[in-house]
Amino acid sequence: MTPFTNDELKWLGAGAILFAVAALLPLVDQGFYLSLSVNIMLYAALCTAWALFSGPTHYVSLATAAFYGLGTYTVGLGIDAMPYPLLLAIAALIGAALAGLVGAATLRISGVYFVIFTFGLAELVRQLVTWTQTKFATAIGLYVFTDLFEQHIYWMLVALTAAVFLTAFLINRSRLGFAMQIIGNDETVARHVGIDTARSKIVLFMISGAFIAVAGAIMAPRYSYIEPPSAFNPMISFLVVIMALLGGTKRLWGPLVGVIPFTILMDQVSARFPNHTMIVIGLAFLAIVYLIPNGVTGLLEQARARWKARAARMGQEKAA
Amino acid sequence: MNILITGILLSGTYALIALGLTLQYGVARIMNLGNGETLVAACFVAFWLYTGFAINPLVGLLLIAPGAFLINLVIYLVALQPLVKRAKNRGQLEVDSILATFGLLFLLQGLMIVAFGGEYRSYTFLAERFDILGNSYGLNRIVAFVAAAAIAGALWFFLYRTRQGTAMRAVAVDPNSANLVAIDVARTAAIAFALGGALTACGGALISTFYTFNASMGVIFTMKALIIVIMGGVGDIRGAILAALILGISETLVASLIDPGLTLAATYALFILVLLFRPQGIFGRAPT
Repeated sequence: MTPFTNDELKWLGAGAILFAVAALLPLVDQGFYLSLSVNIMLYAALCTAWALFSGPTHYVSLATAAFYGLGTYTVGLGIDAMPYPLLLAIAALIGAALAGLVGAATLRISGVYFVIFTFGLAELVRQLVTWTQTKFATAIGLYVFTDLFEQHIYWMLVALTAAVFLTAFLINRSRLGFAMQIIGNDETVARHVGIDTARSKIVLFMISGAFIAVAGAIMAPRYSYIEPPSAFNPMISFLVVIMALLGGTKRLWGPLVGVIPFTILMDQVSARFPNHTMIVIGLAFLAIVYLIPNGVTGLLEQARARWKARAARMGQEKAA
Repeated sequence: MNILITGILLSGTYALIALGLTLQYGVARIMNLGNGETLVAACFVAFWLYTGFAINPLVGLLLIAPGAFLINLVIYLVALQPLVKRAKNRGQLEVDSILATFGLLFLLQGLMIVAFGGEYRSYTFLAERFDILGNSYGLNRIVAFVAAAAIAGALWFFLYRTRQGTAMRAVAVDPNSANLVAIDVARTAAIAFALGGALTACGGALISTFYTFNASMGVIFTMKALIIVIMGGVGDIRGAILAALILGISETLVASLIDPGLTLAATYALFILVLLFRPQGIFGRAPT
């Protein structure tokens, strides 16, 4: 591995400080803001993990709810038999395994198949889970009783988000990250310079899937009662896509820019106009396509480039 | 035998929906994920015409199909054509159209939920017995199948026996070359998209005669139609009809022999087989 440059060390240090500050929140508030922050942290982890794969490949993955639900179910099924940290590790393995299977079936062909396949994946897994449960167990729901409180869940999510960021950062400066950059720009070129495109994509999708499954496992104690329709809620997949694209996927911190305002917006909308959430989501998708195709970070970068160009022109005029 | 015939009857309406989608994706190059919402809207209009004005759903098709054609034409011209013009390559258009039609999906679904509520609806139309080979089936299902077959036949005639239809097939094969032989690609694509919407709406109106529907079921139908389109090969009429038959029969098999809750799993099993062995579709040739 190449040694870190000074610039990279600065970013790492700044990131560490930000996460440390975020971790202090439960000491200040234990009520509304903590519960809102749990949602924000959750979606921050999910969106960054999603962008890890979908950012460079431009493949819109709708499998988030499937991984998330599997993670939740792992905890629900195993909580009486195994220690919680072990369950988190198992959830990661299951998420990676499912991502590997889906990737092996679809990522060798074109991107459209992948989108369509993931479109129904959560519903498929939900049907299979419900069927096995009615066939082999008596009840459909599962109870999860732990001694974990809201703040513990919050801390775990902060740690997970930090881990996702660190992983994404390390991938970006590795051979895999370089390969993904080339694949994202032109897949034919990537194949011609000897990159195993399918393998790189599958590996990346597995990493992303594992993180999302862990997020689901962390959230399981918060639900305390788990049943298939709530664990495999397809809305999670769509919200993650919107928030990540709203922020922009070109930068590591891009999704975060979308997560914070949109989580707060959805919180307000579902509390005040529960019948209109669909319409808001539809409008958000349309806004992303027509108004901000590169996300908010894209807009910021455009503005910065324009400002720099103007500054350069001013400098020239002064010199002349 | 009973299962086989039920499956075939079901596949007639699936075929119409999938034909609509395959026109939209194959010719107009728009992967329309809001297709299922067109279907649900048609269900509600058929319901409203039948309960409100006592208009027979088959006669209602004469109103619903042109209506859906116009609405889809407007959607294409206003919302989707700018994306086609903006896109630098096929991949860009695919991502944009997927996201835009997601937007349409949620917007339409949200509007329908606000307008009609979330509950299931149905009406009784021709709920009489009809005997085939000693087993009885609902007459409404048979009428729907015959109507679907007639519409699919008309579509085949249009595509293979008229100039307009031939132009449409040419655009499906290669838009750039079609342009060279003096085909107005933009106009043909717009008409294909609108026609696809009209076909889907016909499928919806027919389905409403024998199926309970609600405002949020569109996604499931989009899903099935997508899988049929891929199984049959994008833009391939024969393939789509054969794939619809396979899907309808295997779904009925799984639902009656194993568990009705596993129909999507059956669909997916087929999907995976196709992806692994014939990703270019049943009749498709491997890209050279």
